[in-house]
Formats: sequence, structure tokens, C-alpha cells
Amino acid sequence: MNSLILSTVARAVIALMVLFSLYLLIRGHNLPGGGFVGGLVAASAFLLHAIANGVPATRRLLRVDPRAITMIGVAVAIIAGLVAAFQGAPFLTGVWAFPGGVPLGTPLLFDVGVYLVVVGAVVTLVLALEEDA
Amino acid sequence: MSWLLVLPIAIPMATAVLALLVRKQHIMERYVSAGGGAALFVATVVLLAAVWQDGTLVGRMGNWPPPFGIVLVADLFSAVMVLIAGLTGLLIVIFALATVDVERERFAFHSFYHILLGGVCGAFLTGDVFNLYVWFEVMLISSFALIALGGEKAQLDGAVKYAAINLVSTILFLTSIGLLYGATGTLNMAELNQAVRAVENQGLIDAIAIMFLIAFGIKAAVFPLFFWLPASYHTPPVAVTAIFAALMTKVGVYALFRMFTLVFTNDLALTHTVMLVVAALTMITGVLGAAAHTDIRRILSFHIVSQIGYMVLGLALFTPLALVGGVFYLIHHIIVKANLFLIGGVIKRVAGSFDLNRLGGLYLSHPVLAVMFLIPAFSLAGFPPLSGFWAKLILIKASLDLEEYLIAGVALVVGLLTIYSMTKIWIQAFWKPLPADGAPAGPAPLSGFERVALYTPIIVMCAVTVTIGIWVEPFFVFAERAAQELIEPAGYVAAVLGGGPR
Repeated sequence: MNSLILSTVARAVIALMVLFSLYLLIRGHNLPGGGFVGGLVAASAFLLHAIANGVPATRRLLRVDPRAITMIGVAVAIIAGLVAAFQGAPFLTGVWAFPGGVPLGTPLLFDVGVYLVVVGAVVTLVLALEEDA
Repeated sequence: MSWLLVLPIAIPMATAVLALLVRKQHIMERYVSAGGGAALFVATVVLLAAVWQDGTLVGRMGNWPPPFGIVLVADLFSAVMVLIAGLTGLLIVIFALATVDVERERFAFHSFYHILLGGVCGAFLTGDVFNLYVWFEVMLISSFALIALGGEKAQLDGAVKYAAINLVSTILFLTSIGLLYGATGTLNMAELNQAVRAVENQGLIDAIAIMFLIAFGIKAAVFPLFFWLPASYHTPPVAVTAIFAALMTKVGVYALFRMFTLVFTNDLALTHTVMLVVAALTMITGVLGAAAHTDIRRILSFHIVSQIGYMVLGLALFTPLALVGGVFYLIHHIIVKANLFLIGGVIKRVAGSFDLNRLGGLYLSHPVLAVMFLIPAFSLAGFPPLSGFWAKLILIKASLDLEEYLIAGVALVVGLLTIYSMTKIWIQAFWKPLPADGAPAGPAPLSGFERVALYTPIIVMCAVTVTIGIWVEPFFVFAERAAQELIEPAGYVAAVLGGGPR
């Protein structure tokens, strides 16, 4: 679509959407939110970019094939589950560290994996549909 | 010990990721895929050995105690199903290396294949009904991709039917899970074993049981819910059909076995009588459908349906011996059916067609293939001394013990009609001379690599079939122990709910 208004507004809104998606992702551990819904918001940001600037521009923006993002997400989630092995705990057990008092744990890493899977899968789908149209 | 339970799920998933990440280097992708298949097989062997030694293994995922967290449980039945999935998964991926075209590989065939295997193993291992649903979904999504991959017209036609009916089944499954949770307050299978009995309104439990029966019945392709299977299974490449035929419907059968031995056992007169009727009708319709067709893949697809009837029969009779027969039949059938589809694939490769009317003279040109066809074909029909003979013998003995003469008669007649279909393939494809309007000979003679990749899986499966047939004693003892665990679920329940963490 070739609309000056849309592409101008999109520039501001996309940045906000990506920021909001990260907020949802991080807040999701104890409050409503999380990797899945965060990923959906981020994916819709890329979709907006594709509508405003065309699919080739979005592919250039992403740099990586969205399918690869999906698979990296799966890999991150598996790794988050495997970390527990070093403590002799079962698969997916939450392992925590507190560098400088900031709680960091494998549940967050797992959620990041989910986030990447959702972003990659939804963007793959939508870009494929947009390209055919 | 819980890591042994995770590996059959984690290995295929990791393989899928790796295969997609290296897909630009085509050769690497194929090595990763085959290597992942081999690693999965080794992991499943170790798992079965551990379960045989130490009894039922329980793994608490995320270290949450049941019934709050999800447990993975491997009793003998689960472990052997995972092992068979690992074995057929490895063999069919080898076959796929020589048969699946580059275009499909470029669109992540190998990744979807391994995700499918991971989903199947997850479904066999989980001890939680909702988690079972999730694994069904994982399996379904990758199977949708596999069945549609390539985008040929016939394939998309089959894929639409396949997807539509499976979504109906999924919704039904999810609804019944919701009702079950509402009635009992738990979805942990071991806890359900007691919780279902404590529910005051047993009529509701009966209704839920029948809903589960229908949902799993669609997946397992039993009468009258089987029609999607012959309508879709013959469309994708042979490697895909073979892995579907070997594992997908069997997951439905496995789920039936698990739920109707562990959870829904307090109204046998209703649930297991329904199953008995269903089993008989499934056997008959399947085998009659096969008799009407001349496409090798369609004949074999209908035979999946008819064979599912035998397995459900083992569950429906619900005696220790019948369950032995059911377990034995599952093990035997997965190997034999995958093998027959692979042989069909080789026929297509060397003779150019699946249509019996256009085939002929293969015995003259490919005598080894002809002999290797006879082994699984006779085993399917139940000739001694092959594996199918013992499987049928146990089931028929079990039904005679219960004085169910009608069902025993049906099982025998269906066996006879199976011979009819198998000899039809034999006479038409191998024995009769090539017809004048026959298919043009295959494009080129098999290359050295193709020869190895096509024949190794078939030879290994033939060897397994013959081994089970001749050294039947250890396999029978094994199936007996597995069936014992199924019919007396107290051990399973204690392993999951009692005892300390392992």
C-alpha cells in the first residue's frame, strides 16, 4: 500500500508496539502477559511495517528468515529446559541467579523462546500471504 | 532418571531445529536428520531397558509434584511404543533420503518429520490428559504440513479432508477434557483412576467416556469414523504415508488403551461392549474396502483400518490374554504396515506405478523385492510362523475363552479376506506378465545409494517380523508383563502418586 499517512504513523507506532511487546514479555512472569501475547504484539508490528512499506522492505528489516527465528525460539526453549540438568533437577525446573540483585531465571529464558517462536511463525505466515496477494 | 523420559521428546525437537538451521547446506541437513533419527532410536532402547529393569519410570517436569505438575510416565507399554516409534522413525527417514524430492526437503520436510516423531513420543510418554492433547496438536500440525508439502492437487484434496476431520476430533477431545476436569477436578491420569470412581453422577462419566471413545476413534480410524483415512493417506510421498500408517493411527489406539484401562473401567458393560461391536465392524469394512481397490496404497490404507479392529478387539475383550494380544498386535502391526508401504514405494520407483492394472512381471525383474513383499504380506494375513500369526492366535484364543464365538469367527474370516488382498497384489504386480498398456519402466536403474537407502529399512523390518515370529517366547513374555501392568493399574498409580522424587 502506498500511503504517506500510514507509513508516517507506522514509523512511530511500530516502535511503540515492539517496546510494548517486550514489556508484556518481561511482566508476564507474575502478571498477565508473557511470551505468547508479547510475540503476537511484536508480530503485528512487523505486519504493520509490511502493509505500510511492502513485504520486501520488511524482509530487509528482519535481516534473518522468519522461519529461522521460529527455530531459534524452539532451541532457546529447549536450552532453558536443559539448564536444570546442571543442578541434577528434572527437565524444565526453574533455575535462578541474582546478578546484582536482579532475579534472572530459566522461566524467563523459556518465555523468550516462546516469544521468538510466535514472532517467527506469525511473521512467516503473514508475509507469505501478503506476497501472494 | 527423569532425563531418560525427556530425551525421546527433546532429541527430535533439537534435530528439527538443527535441520532447519543448516538447510542451506543440503547435505548437512540430511546428515542431521539421519543422525537425529539414530540418536532417538538409541535413546528409546535405553529407556525400554531401564523400564524393564527398574519398573515404571516417572519424571516430574519442572520438579512440580503430581497432580499439580505434568508427569512423564513410562510403563512397559509406553516404553515399547516409544521404542517402536524410534525404530520406524529411523528406518523411514533413511528411506526418505532416497525418495523425498529436493523441493520438499527445501521446504523443511526433515524438520516437520522430526517434530512429528517428537509429538508421537510425547503422546506415548505423558501422564496427563491435557498434555496428551497438546502432543496430539504437535503431531497434527506437523502432519498437516507433511501431508500438504509439495502442493500437488491430489495432495491438497487429501489434506483438506484430513485436516477437517481431525479438527472435529480435536474439538471433541478438548470438550471431553473440560467435562472430565469439571467432574473430577484433576487431569493427572493416575489420580483420575481413583477420582472417576468417586464421582457421584456416574452417568456423566459414562457420557464423557463415550466422547473420549469417539474422539480417539476418529484418530484411530475405527468404524464408522475411518473414512478420512483411505481418502487422504495415498496422496503424499511414500515415506510420509509410511510414517503416518505406522504411527499416527496407533497413537489413537494407544490413547484408547491408556484411557480405557487406567481411567474408564468402572462401566465395562457399556464402554467395552460398544468397543467390541466397533472392533468387529472395523475389521469387516476395512477388509471389504481393500478388496474393491487396485491402487496399492489404497489397498494398504484400507488394511490399516481393518487391522485397527483387531487391536481394539484386544482392548474390548478386556481379559489379561486379550490385552496381551492387543499389545502384541500393535507392536507387530506397526513394523509390518510401515514395511508394506515402503515396498509399495520401491515398486513405484522401479516400475513407475501404484496401479495394479498397469504393473506386472516384477517377480522376473526384481525377485528379491518379491520375496521381501511376501514376508510382511503373509505376516499381515496371519501365516505361521510370522509375527501376525501369533498376534491373531492370541486374540482368537482370548475371544474363544470368553465364548465370543461370533467375534472369533469374524476375526478368522477377515484374516482370510486379508490373504485375498495380499495375493491380489502378489499376482497382479509380481506374477502376471507386464500388460501391453503397462507403466513405462522406471526412469533409471537404482543407483548404489538408492539401493542401500531403499532396501535397508525393508530388510531390517522383514528381519524383525521373522524374529518375532520364530522367537516368539520372549516377545510374548514381554507383552504379558506389559498387559499385566495395564489391567492392574495400581502399580502405575503408586509409581506416579506415591513414593519420593526420582
